[in-house]
Amino acid sequence: MAEVKLNSVRKIYPNGAEAVTPSSFHIQDGEFVVLVGPSGCGKSTLLRMIAGLEEITEGELMIGDRVVNHTDPADRDIAMVFQNYALYPHMTVKKNIAYGLKNRKTPGDEIERKVAEAAQMLNLGDYLDRKPSQLSGGQRQRVAMGRAIVRDPALFLFDEPLSNLDAKLRNQMRIEIKALQRRLGVTSIYVTHDQVEAMTMADRIIVLNGGRIEQIGSPSEIYHNPTSTFVASFMGAPPMNLLDARIADGTVQLDGGAHVAAAPNGKTGPVTLGIRPEDVKLDAAGALHFDIDLIEELGAHRLLHGKVAGQPFTTHLLKDVTVEPGRHGVRIDPSKLCLFDTTGSRL
Amino acid sequence: MVDISVTRTARRPIRWTVLLDHAVLIAGSLFMLLPLLIVLQTTTMPDTDIIQHGPQLKIGDQFDENLQKAMVQASGFSGENTGLRMMLNSFILGLGFAFGKIVLGMMAAYALVYFRLRFATIAFWLIFTTLLLPLEVRILPSYKVVQNLGMLNTYHGLIVPLIASATATFFFRQFFRSVPEELVEAARIDGAGPVKFFVDILVPLSQTMIAAMFIIMFVYGWNQYLWPTMITTEESMYTLVRGIKQITQVLEGAAVPEFGRSNLLAIIAVVPPVAIVIFFQSWFVKGLTESDK
Repeated sequence: MAEVKLNSVRKIYPNGAEAVTPSSFHIQDGEFVVLVGPSGCGKSTLLRMIAGLEEITEGELMIGDRVVNHTDPADRDIAMVFQNYALYPHMTVKKNIAYGLKNRKTPGDEIERKVAEAAQMLNLGDYLDRKPSQLSGGQRQRVAMGRAIVRDPALFLFDEPLSNLDAKLRNQMRIEIKALQRRLGVTSIYVTHDQVEAMTMADRIIVLNGGRIEQIGSPSEIYHNPTSTFVASFMGAPPMNLLDARIADGTVQLDGGAHVAAAPNGKTGPVTLGIRPEDVKLDAAGALHFDIDLIEELGAHRLLHGKVAGQPFTTHLLKDVTVEPGRHGVRIDPSKLCLFDTTGSRL
Repeated sequence: MVDISVTRTARRPIRWTVLLDHAVLIAGSLFMLLPLLIVLQTTTMPDTDIIQHGPQLKIGDQFDENLQKAMVQASGFSGENTGLRMMLNSFILGLGFAFGKIVLGMMAAYALVYFRLRFATIAFWLIFTTLLLPLEVRILPSYKVVQNLGMLNTYHGLIVPLIASATATFFFRQFFRSVPEELVEAARIDGAGPVKFFVDILVPLSQTMIAAMFIIMFVYGWNQYLWPTMITTEESMYTLVRGIKQITQVLEGAAVPEFGRSNLLAIIAVVPPVAIVIFFQSWFVKGLTESDK
């Protein structure tokens, strides 16, 4: 169990590319933190620096109360689960799980006990003598987890561990990993590009973009109060609606003149207006006109795609309401509005 | 239940392409095998018969005697270059060769692929260009070095100067590069140092590749002629391939050449490489084509 502190940690590759700009955050003991962002945003580099697989160009990394910038990965008291599992193909499940313990000169009976314990926890008991090639993707992922668990590390690192699994299995493993982490109480850092994984698993989410931290916060903060248009459009499926608007005469107006809400004090000029699809209500008396082009049936609810004031727009409709394509009035809950300035930052 | 009976009335038509394929294959194998069969035939005949009539279609009764002569009779002065002795020497050369080349090639490739060496690429290409310098080109300096080191007529003199192998290094390099990087990283986090990773992970993963290299290098070592001829002058050090030549040299004298004996030795010299190829065949194909990761 340990805290993790990053103090202006930065990564510049030998070719001069800055993969991670100086980043600082503090992960509490036992916290499950998800690093999320599009590919190439530096999330994996950040994780690999914490693991010690990538050198830290500048800054300070602390795991527990040690500075570990120059500590070998094996001595950082961490365990890592890789995207492609990275199981040793020639070893049985048992040997795979035990390998790290064996290298640390753990006594044989203790290895036996720990492996049996982990196998039981992960339902791998029947597979201990199989080779990884004889296992399904989910089982392999469990073996990789087992390899991490038996070491009793201070910190778990997950590098997109579920992205090689099919959708159904992914949902199941997501819950398993989260439950396991809760039970063991080990501080964990989890990298993913899947915002659903981030939302469902994290205690706190760190959103990265272009090597920069965009926002750190709980899933609900990130979802309801994005600090930038990037976060607003990256998190949530479908993403937040972003409409070009302007502030004039004390109100926020869409192109075409529709008044949406009262403007915050003292701001004028162009802004970006953000609203989550589910915060929009169909209402014949609503101030905005929504031209519905396409209705996406998702079972529990429907997504209505179309245009508001000539700009793409999506809303969310529960399954027991029916609607036809065409022009409809909509109402926006002003308290749910997010306004961003022209650079994309929250007003 | 419905009773279904299928009667095959129509015979399968003769597929001419299949016949043609087989004809080509049979012709090819005969082309390769016939000379061996002729040699084999001569080992059953008395030497005088062969010198009179050449190869014939009948099988004689001299095989046992020729085998006796081939395996235990010595032809030199010291009486030490019996067939058995030469065979042992050939095995030592072949195995030492294969083993040395594999160990050295793997270690060189390991250094090139997994360590951040400053001039790794240049080093690799330097090693690679030695393919352009076969033994025949550098035979005099090589001989001189071995002689100065006092390694003439020794097994290490036979084996060591030839075990640096660009081919093996190249193949192992390509193989190691295809091993997923996460495996190295997982091993690092699992606390495996460079030696442990090599022994515990890389060597077992390379099994098929090692088998493939073993075949190639063993056969190559077994068939060495020039180098043993240069390095060994003592009869007890002769290898098969080199020793047979010694026996047939009698051709130039007045005595009747021992065709039966030398031909049988030639056949015996072919058997181990063939056996190894047959035995390791599936491994060989796997090693060179499939990546078993």
